[in-house]
Amino acid sequence: MPKFEYAPAPESRAIVTIEKSYGLFIDGAFTRPKATFPTLNPADETVLAEVSQAGPKDVDKAVAAARRAYEGVWGRMSGAERGKYLFRIARILQERAREFAVLETLDNGKPIKETRDVDVPVAAAHFFYHAGWADKLEYAGLSASGADVPRPHGVVGQVIPWNFPLLMLAWKIAPALATGNTVVLKPAETTPLSALLFAEVCQQAELPAGVVNIITGDGRTGQALVEHPDVDKIAFTGSTEVGKAIARTIAGTSKKATLELGGKAANIVFDDAPLDQAVEGIVNGIFFNQGQVCCAGSRLLVQENVHDQVVAKLKRRLGTLRVGDPMDKNSDLGAINSKAQLDRITSLVEAGVAEGAERWSPECTLPAKGYWFPPTVLTGVSQTHRVATEEIFGPVLSVLTFRTPQEAVAKANNTAYGLSAGVWTEKGSRILWMADQLKAGVVWANTFNRFDPTSPFGGYKESGYGREGGRHGLEAYVTTAPSTLTGAAR
Amino acid sequence: MSRLDVRKTYKLYIGGKFPRSESGRSYEVVSASGEFLANAAMGSRKDVRDAVVAARGALAGWAGATAYNRGQVLYRVAEVLEGRRAQFVDEVAASEGLTVRAAGAVVDAAIDRVVWYAGWTDKIAQVLGNLNPVAGPFFNVSAPEPTGVVGVLAPQGSSLLGLVSVVAPVIAAGNTAVVVTSAARPLPAVTFSEVLATSDVPGGVVNIVTAQTAEVATWLAAHRDVNAIDLTGVAGANGVDWAALEAEAAGNLKRVYRPALADGAPVEPDWNADPGLGRIRAFVETKTVWHPKGL
Repeated sequence: MPKFEYAPAPESRAIVTIEKSYGLFIDGAFTRPKATFPTLNPADETVLAEVSQAGPKDVDKAVAAARRAYEGVWGRMSGAERGKYLFRIARILQERAREFAVLETLDNGKPIKETRDVDVPVAAAHFFYHAGWADKLEYAGLSASGADVPRPHGVVGQVIPWNFPLLMLAWKIAPALATGNTVVLKPAETTPLSALLFAEVCQQAELPAGVVNIITGDGRTGQALVEHPDVDKIAFTGSTEVGKAIARTIAGTSKKATLELGGKAANIVFDDAPLDQAVEGIVNGIFFNQGQVCCAGSRLLVQENVHDQVVAKLKRRLGTLRVGDPMDKNSDLGAINSKAQLDRITSLVEAGVAEGAERWSPECTLPAKGYWFPPTVLTGVSQTHRVATEEIFGPVLSVLTFRTPQEAVAKANNTAYGLSAGVWTEKGSRILWMADQLKAGVVWANTFNRFDPTSPFGGYKESGYGREGGRHGLEAYVTTAPSTLTGAAR
Repeated sequence: MSRLDVRKTYKLYIGGKFPRSESGRSYEVVSASGEFLANAAMGSRKDVRDAVVAARGALAGWAGATAYNRGQVLYRVAEVLEGRRAQFVDEVAASEGLTVRAAGAVVDAAIDRVVWYAGWTDKIAQVLGNLNPVAGPFFNVSAPEPTGVVGVLAPQGSSLLGLVSVVAPVIAAGNTAVVVTSAARPLPAVTFSEVLATSDVPGGVVNIVTAQTAEVATWLAAHRDVNAIDLTGVAGANGVDWAALEAEAAGNLKRVYRPALADGAPVEPDWNADPGLGRIRAFVETKTVWHPKGL
């Protein structure tokens, strides 16, 4: 199928003003920039801005500001008033949506059509959804009727990844504030800019000082935040390796944690599935956000008798994908977020080929500068290959086959992860049976990579614990009983 | 001449069978006033591992049973407990140094607690699950599922009421359990295993290991095929560092139920308090399923 020729359609970056350098957002104001490091546009390796590396003293100040705000203002405020602040934030995000979309695309490298249509609107929706909960927590079914209204933990330390910088911020901050906690949030080292712009939104909303604090830096900053003795709860999204380190760090303390970690989702296609729709789902499952998604459908399990047909349709479809300038409204795939991530993807794919997988990519011309990886399909993958067991976090699909539903389930569940899974079949009873069998926190049937603030998200096994979103997501940010009497889940 | 009584050998309960410890070891169990009661099997690391294998093997069947069925089996446990009430009163009185009257109240509360959890099995999903009104043409439902194999350090003090209070919620939710009993008061737990064995609880759903907590807890906390661990029994256990156990549990990101704390030190909860849903919530995973709506 020929690719249509489109003229370039770049989104204007004039809407966003990026400062030369940024300080930390602590106690309602920005500090003077110091110990700065650059954040790059991964599409062309240009420096966008310098941001500050927060040290232990900065973490102290941010946590102290959050504590003061919790005890002085936020923890005492009525739920209705808290909710109105969240509604304000949601509205400002909507009003400044294009600005956020452009900034996010510049800093992250993902296509503008994704930041414009997914990241930013869904982030605003998260604030809107949780705003309504703030004065209704006693209806959330978290404590027995007649018992106390759920209470906040206090100060929450939040560490988020670079794949959905603003959206992950919203997933973390919205429920924390709705339940009456205050926040110290550290965005990822490579994508700090939308969080710093969000700090401005907090100022515009006149959110009381110290309720939200944004500190930038690398892993050392995150570690200092996690280890800080005056932080009551940790919320982390990132790698399973770091998640385990956090679980060890908080062992034996009263700190709570939610961990949203890695995944290696199976996307299972039965022979009776509507194959054209399934191919769209496979493409969305692994190439959305360049596959840099913890719940990406990175293992395609296709029923053996339709393997050749599905792979042929898939290759034909991939031939139409546009890889290039993330700011171009027609781009389907943008840049990989960092050199380090590009190196990891490259080395894992090479390992896959060395172990016997066959590598295929459509013809596409990648830009000369920046971090780029073509959409890639690995066929002939077996369960023991590294590309079938390790999270690649890139636009790389490993294809395996199965014959029976039981075999599909066994292969799908044969992983230490358990974040998500996909099933494609026209048979309703089989969908429900498969959904029961799959050990994953989210099961997408005849769809993939759908997210909604009302829908809880989170994993089984080594994909972490706790849920984000929906009624279940509130649970992680409140306590309902004095743990001294009963013990409690971490 | 009076008749010589026939004494029971107190053994482990693994996979529905009553083996001795593979280690060949036993230890003396004495009453609250220091009199010899029995030689109990001293469970080992290998016994714990065997118990995990049994629990894993039983999981698919128990988790896959209907909630109605699990409720009936749990109610059957209460029935059989009630039928052996006198035996438990004797054992609890001896183990915990209670009067017969006080021990009777403890046994009654234990029976009633099993009944309470029996009634929960087919309500958990209704209370903890719901439809989600997503902004799009999708059916979207969230419901709890059992976490899997749960390691349980049973309380050191309350040998029966405490034991059923930690085991019943785990299995009511559809998990299977590897239980390390109170080290000093293990006998009611062994007799409870006889109740389980005669109550249609499938073999392997609950496995009971009498042991020195400090010796085996680390292996249970570190075991890669255990999905969650309840640390309640660290309170009052000799030589047990619960922080170290929680750190071991991080190796495969087990769900951890922390002990109750008073001034930072683990204490045994008040088992007469309303149990609430906390112990069920701790051992379920929420699964959310999406499907498009359309013609």
